[in-house]
Amino acid sequence: MKKYVCKVCGYIYDPEVGDPEHGLPPQTPWEAVPADWVCPICGVSKEDFEPVE
Amino acid sequence: MKEPLKAVRITDKVYWVGAVDWDIRDFHGYSTNRGTSYNAYLILAEKPTLIDTVKAPFLPEMMARISSVIDPKAIRLVVSNHSEMDHSGALPELLKLIEPEKVVASPAGVKALRAHFHDLAPVQAVKEGESLDLGGDRLSFRMTPMLHWPDSMFSYLESDGVLFSNDAFGMHLASLSRFDDEVPDWRYEAAKYYANILLPFSDIVLALLDKFDKTGFSPKMIAPDHGPIWRKDVKMIMSLWGAWARQKGTDKAVIVFDTMWGSTEKLALAAAEGLAAGGTKTVVMPMRLSHRSDVATELLDAGALLVGSPTINRQMFPTMADVLSYLKGLKPRSKIGAAFGSYGWAGESIQQVQDALVAMGVSTCEPVKCQYVPDAAALASAYDLGQKISAKLKEPR
Ligand SMILES: [Fe+2]
Ligand SMILES: [Fe+2]
Ligand SMILES: [Zn+2]
Repeated sequence: MKKYVCKVCGYIYDPEVGDPEHGLPPQTPWEAVPADWVCPICGVSKEDFEPVE
Repeated sequence: MKEPLKAVRITDKVYWVGAVDWDIRDFHGYSTNRGTSYNAYLILAEKPTLIDTVKAPFLPEMMARISSVIDPKAIRLVVSNHSEMDHSGALPELLKLIEPEKVVASPAGVKALRAHFHDLAPVQAVKEGESLDLGGDRLSFRMTPMLHWPDSMFSYLESDGVLFSNDAFGMHLASLSRFDDEVPDWRYEAAKYYANILLPFSDIVLALLDKFDKTGFSPKMIAPDHGPIWRKDVKMIMSLWGAWARQKGTDKAVIVFDTMWGSTEKLALAAAEGLAAGGTKTVVMPMRLSHRSDVATELLDAGALLVGSPTINRQMFPTMADVLSYLKGLKPRSKIGAAFGSYGWAGESIQQVQDALVAMGVSTCEPVKCQYVPDAAALASAYDLGQKISAKLKEPR
């Protein structure tokens, strides 16, 4: 599963890990991350993320 | 003798109780040629409230200023708008001295403070839009993540119309005057602060200014954590921030270079002549004599960046790697530019500089390179490069 990086702060969303603190269990692919989810470090939205090459 | 350090009254209820750092010349790698101030503010409401503190060594100065108007132990609420140590360094010691009822920060601030000061007294989180009653006066909080840290927030004293903006709208400038209209020559320092601290977060700055606009939010005063308090030019500093955030490059070029035997310098100066002949405002910055934070400042309103480096042991010159790495992190936008340099053997540095410019999003022209000392033809191609970039800067972008 593809990882995504926050263009603002550099946080990496890793689907293997998810974001359990904010309701996303491990194995949540990027596509299944809700649109209102925000970067847990800096608070920007999904649009400010890009795939990790 | 009486204590010379006093609080400075800025509204009916609000006092500046910060510290002036005349000595500092290097602020985490940013050159502070005119020193700085760490601004803390005391609100003499029914529940006396302190907004932010100072860098740790300045605690006695802040305490003396607070003591000139109130017993510090009477402070009941402490607000930390930003966890960076120039504002939180004195916090742990202060809390031990005054034991306030409550200490608040943003949710990210609570975490960041804990990660800085491991045995800090408990700090409570306040959320976006939340407000606290200071006994008749309301202090409300607005989260401003990444302006310029995840924990950054603003506090707003509604009764007096004072926005406590932490680092936002600040600058490094030591002064005995507290207000913008008493410190007339602030422009370069304000631009320098924006260029070096806020530039990467320009989209967030624009969104904030837009929100202010749409909600008709217009504070009477902006009280930042460094430099003068805005009372006269509140609108002007906001519109400057808007202009800097939009990064519409002007007809201005910055040439940064280093040199070993003067050859790359010759190319730099020839390119500068070409730019100037085209009417472009041109700033030439030799990197062993210029500070990276001044390069960032000059680049803020420039449309072009030209970078020259000699090749040393198959690498670009270390000073150039320094400034390019620094500028890349600041994410400048919509610049044009070029690499140039003299070399002895294979000239790897020119491609390395070129690659660094491309990685930074600069749209580049063909590099200019020459082996050893530039001859008339090499100087002419550097001059032409300057002219070409000058012409491009005049094209609508
Ligand atoms: Fe800061
Ligand atoms: Fe600061
Ligand atoms: Zn982020």
